Amino acid sequence: MFLSDFMIPVVFIIIIVYGLLNHVNVYDTFIKGAKDGFRIVVEIMPTLIGLMLAVGILRASGFLDALTKALTPLMEHVGFPSELVPIAIMRTISSSATTGLILDLFKTFGPDSLVGRMTSIMMGCTETIFYTMSIYFMTVKIKKTRYTLTGALIATLTGIIASVILTYKVFGY
Amino acid sequence: MLNYLWAFMILIGIIYGAFNGRMQEITQAAIDSSKDAITLCITLVGVIAMWTGLMKIAERSGLIKKLTHKMKPFLRFLFPKIPERHPAMQYIATNIIANILGLGWAATPPGLKAMEKLQELNKDKTTASTAMCTFLIVNISSVQLISVNMLAYRSQYGSENPAEIIGPAIVATLFSTLAGIIFSKIMMKGYMR
Repeated sequence: MFLSDFMIPVVFIIIIVYGLLNHVNVYDTFIKGAKDGFRIVVEIMPTLIGLMLAVGILRASGFLDALTKALTPLMEHVGFPSELVPIAIMRTISSSATTGLILDLFKTFGPDSLVGRMTSIMMGCTETIFYTMSIYFMTVKIKKTRYTLTGALIATLTGIIASVILTYKVFGY
Repeated sequence: MLNYLWAFMILIGIIYGAFNGRMQEITQAAIDSSKDAITLCITLVGVIAMWTGLMKIAERSGLIKKLTHKMKPFLRFLFPKIPERHPAMQYIATNIIANILGLGWAATPPGLKAMEKLQELNKDKTTASTAMCTFLIVNISSVQLISVNMLAYRSQYGSENPAEIIGPAIVATLFSTLAGIIFSKIMMKGYMR
C-alpha cells in the first residue's frame, strides 16, 4: 500500500529538511535523541521480562489455547479471530501485559498472518482505557466521570471493527 | 492492578499446566521468555533510538511547536468553552501531538498538566467537566501516525514487510478518533440545553 511504504521516508525528509532550514545541527541532535531512546528501552526492559515470562507460562500451560477454543464458536460468525479476544480485553487494562500477549501471538502465528496483521493494525487505534482514565482522573480527584467511559468504549469498538474490516480488505483474505 | 494480574497469569498458568502435565514446557517457557525479552529489546532499542533521534530534530527545529500551534482551530472546535489563551489549551495540544507522533512516554506529563488546568476551570470539583470528558475520549481514541514499537516487534519476529500495516493502521485510528469526536460533540450539545 502506497501510504505504508511512503510514510517513514516522508517523515525523514520533512524533519531533516525542516531542521536544516532552521539551522539545526541535525546529526548531533539525532545522536542526542537516540541516546534518550536507549534510556527509554532500558527502563522498560524489566517490565518486558516480567510480562513475557507470565505470558510464556500461560501459553505453555495450554491455558491460552483452551480459552481461544472456548471462544471460537462465539466469535466465528462476526469474523473476529478468537485468538485476539484475550488481547482486546487485556488492552483496556494494561499496555505492557498486552505487549506480552502480542509478542506471543507473533511468535506463534507470525506477524504476517491474518491475526498478526489484524493485531498490528488494532493496536494503533486502541488504548488502555481503564488505566488511562484512572490515572488522569485520580490526579485531579474527580469521582464522577460522566460519559467518558461510554465515549472511550465507543471509539475503541469503532477502531476494532475498522481494523477487522481493513485487514480483510487490504490484505485480501 | 498489574500486581494481581501478573500473579494471576503465572499462578493460573502453573496450576493449569500441572493438571495437563505440562511442567517441563512451563519450565522451558520461563527460561525462554526471559531470554526472548532481552533479544527483543535489542531490536527495540535500535528502532526506538532511531525514532527518538529523529523526533529530537523535530523538537529542536521548532517543528513540533509549529504543529502544536496548527492544532489551535481544531482545539477551539473541540473545546469551545475554554478561553483561547488558557494554558490548558497548550498542554492539550502538546499531549495530542506527542500521541500522534508515537511518543507515548512524552504525552502523559502534559496530559496530566492539562487535567489540572481543566480542573481550575471546573465548577464542581468532584465531577468531570465536559472539556475533561472530551479530552479523555480523544486521548484514549489516540490518533497515531506510526506505531514504532509495533514495527520493531514485527521485524523482530520476521515480518517480510514490517511497515505494511502503517496505512491501514492510520485509517483505523482515524475512524476510532472520529467516532470519539462525534460522540463527544453529541453529548456536549445534550448538556448545553
